[in-house]
Amino acid sequence: MAKIKIGIPRSLFYYYYKDIWKYFFDEFNIELIISPPTNKTIMENGIKFSIDEMCVSMKNYIGHVYYLLDKCDYILIPRISNYGNDNQTCTNFLATYDIINNIFDTKILNYNINLENNETEEKGLIKIVTDFGYSKEYAKKAYKNAIKKVKQKNDKLIKDNIKKLDSEKTKILLIGHPYNLYDNLIGKEIIKYIELNDTEIIYSDLFHKDITNTLSKKLSYSLYFKYNKENIGSIPLVEDKIDGIIFISTFPCSPDSLVNELMFRKLKKPYLNLIIDDLNSMTGIETRIESFIDIIKGGVINE
Amino acid sequence: MNKITFPLVGNYRTPIIYLFKHILECEIVEPPPITKKTIELGNANSPEFVCTPFKYTLGTYIEALEKGANIVVQFGGGCRYGYYFELQEQILKDLGYEFKYVNFVTKGVTNLKEIYLKLKEINPKLKVDKLIYYSFITFKMLKYMDRCDDYIRQNIGFEEKKELENINKEMLNKFLNVKGYLDLRRTYKKYYKKLKKVKINKPKNCLKIGIIGELYTVMEPFANYYLERELASYNIEIKRFTNAHYLLIEKRKKGLKYLKSAKKYIKYKMGADSHDNIGRCKYLCKKKYDGIIHIKSSFCTPEIGSMAIINKICKEYDIPVIFFSFDANTSEVGIKTRLEAFYDMIEMRKKNEKLLSRH
Repeated sequence: MAKIKIGIPRSLFYYYYKDIWKYFFDEFNIELIISPPTNKTIMENGIKFSIDEMCVSMKNYIGHVYYLLDKCDYILIPRISNYGNDNQTCTNFLATYDIINNIFDTKILNYNINLENNETEEKGLIKIVTDFGYSKEYAKKAYKNAIKKVKQKNDKLIKDNIKKLDSEKTKILLIGHPYNLYDNLIGKEIIKYIELNDTEIIYSDLFHKDITNTLSKKLSYSLYFKYNKENIGSIPLVEDKIDGIIFISTFPCSPDSLVNELMFRKLKKPYLNLIIDDLNSMTGIETRIESFIDIIKGGVINE
Repeated sequence: MNKITFPLVGNYRTPIIYLFKHILECEIVEPPPITKKTIELGNANSPEFVCTPFKYTLGTYIEALEKGANIVVQFGGGCRYGYYFELQEQILKDLGYEFKYVNFVTKGVTNLKEIYLKLKEINPKLKVDKLIYYSFITFKMLKYMDRCDDYIRQNIGFEEKKELENINKEMLNKFLNVKGYLDLRRTYKKYYKKLKKVKINKPKNCLKIGIIGELYTVMEPFANYYLERELASYNIEIKRFTNAHYLLIEKRKKGLKYLKSAKKYIKYKMGADSHDNIGRCKYLCKKKYDGIIHIKSSFCTPEIGSMAIINKICKEYDIPVIFFSFDANTSEVGIKTRLEAFYDMIEMRKKNEKLLSRH
């Protein structure tokens, strides 16, 4: 039997669920086809097929889907609604499946995470493979194994991230959604440039999610966006050990527009806010990063 | 002394004042009508790419706080509207105002007990039966208001003398001082009759347009640059779905109905009102409206998502659709020009249709 090919766009959901997908689907006769790191063509195609006002990350996602159209049997697009009422997501995560389904004519594998309604990731993934003819017991076992492996991998990443806090270099906390930070066009260049300036970067998403989630209450008592909670929850966790904070968001990110503004008003540390749009020039951003790092380094010497 | 104020949406100041007056027993600082100055105040103090309702309500708060209010009320919603209040509170405190902020709907969930406790904090003497009685009257008032509004919207483009709006205004003034439910009903019936008596000169085959979109921009005429009034001047019948009664009571049931009716296009709720709008768009297409106008505030994420799908539906049914995005800096002239062009286009289509049917 030929392998079933499932396409995964390297954007949005990929950065949250790549490991669980990889370890889970590896247990079956399924091949995952992941679109390449974002390049100019992907982005341009994304812009072409999207609505002008969509956020850059969403345009990027559409570009990745377009790349995969003729290369796989199905495209995997989950819908993430909420992890309980206190942990909702951006409305784009609710709508992606339906938007893509209407823009492109392609076969889509879809599951829904809505814990308020008792729809979990486990149920969704198991449903997908049982529809391909695998047994439920086998799928359940595969999911359990996958979760274990993901946890091991994450624990290691988190350990490394925390180790960086003892570094002698200037330490910068980088806050942003992983699908922006690690994207080839959006965040990678920026990260490279920050590292060039002899600094240590601590990533906001590489902490234990439940710790950052609860800690976010210290900064915003009513916040209910899961991903933003996890981002800003890292601030109280490491505030005493870092020298500055850099925020990265795409234009016009809906939750970031409110949450980050509130952070700016409450923060006592120096911060820099970088907003990336689709007509982006690195030069302006480089200048701003450089002067920001100069300022926080200067501050250290004067003390 | 407690002085309470609230955000403005359309005509709905009347029911809010009525309710607060009867249950809170405190002074009500009526926010001044939204003007250019309100938007400028809101815009200057808001983050860069937040949606416009944030800016409008913030501007209103600043103006009301200047007038001496010390309690500010907000009603959260399903999208990021539900998170407005914490940031607005911080911004206003940074500006140096001292006040209490009360948010009645958090995280898109209406918890009746919580609302009662919050009201009790403002007025410790509040009794449950009183609250229920006056809430009931207020909901009825909303229903009557929206019914009159619907009638006016269908006919305002065709009245001989400009009377409808004045009668409506008079009715709202009377509503403010009604003594109980029976009085309210009597007043409503009297004025509804009056509305019906106004001479309407409506051709059978008039142009019909449906307005859909983000709720605040749809309901607050200042936020959409009096789009409905502009359309009425072209002699167009207008159908609008979103109103307070829909949002508070009907949405729970009808929202699912809309979702079902459009299941060819969407499978899930897409946040806030966007799936409703897709269902409505399909409804308008099926009923063969002459055009659809989709309006929203800039950066409204759920509606941006729905635009892609609305585009597709309208293409399939061959119904013209136009999208407007309103911001504090939108130019009124630009919108008028686009609207005029849209009107010319649908009028021409109608004429061509008639010619074709004659042959």
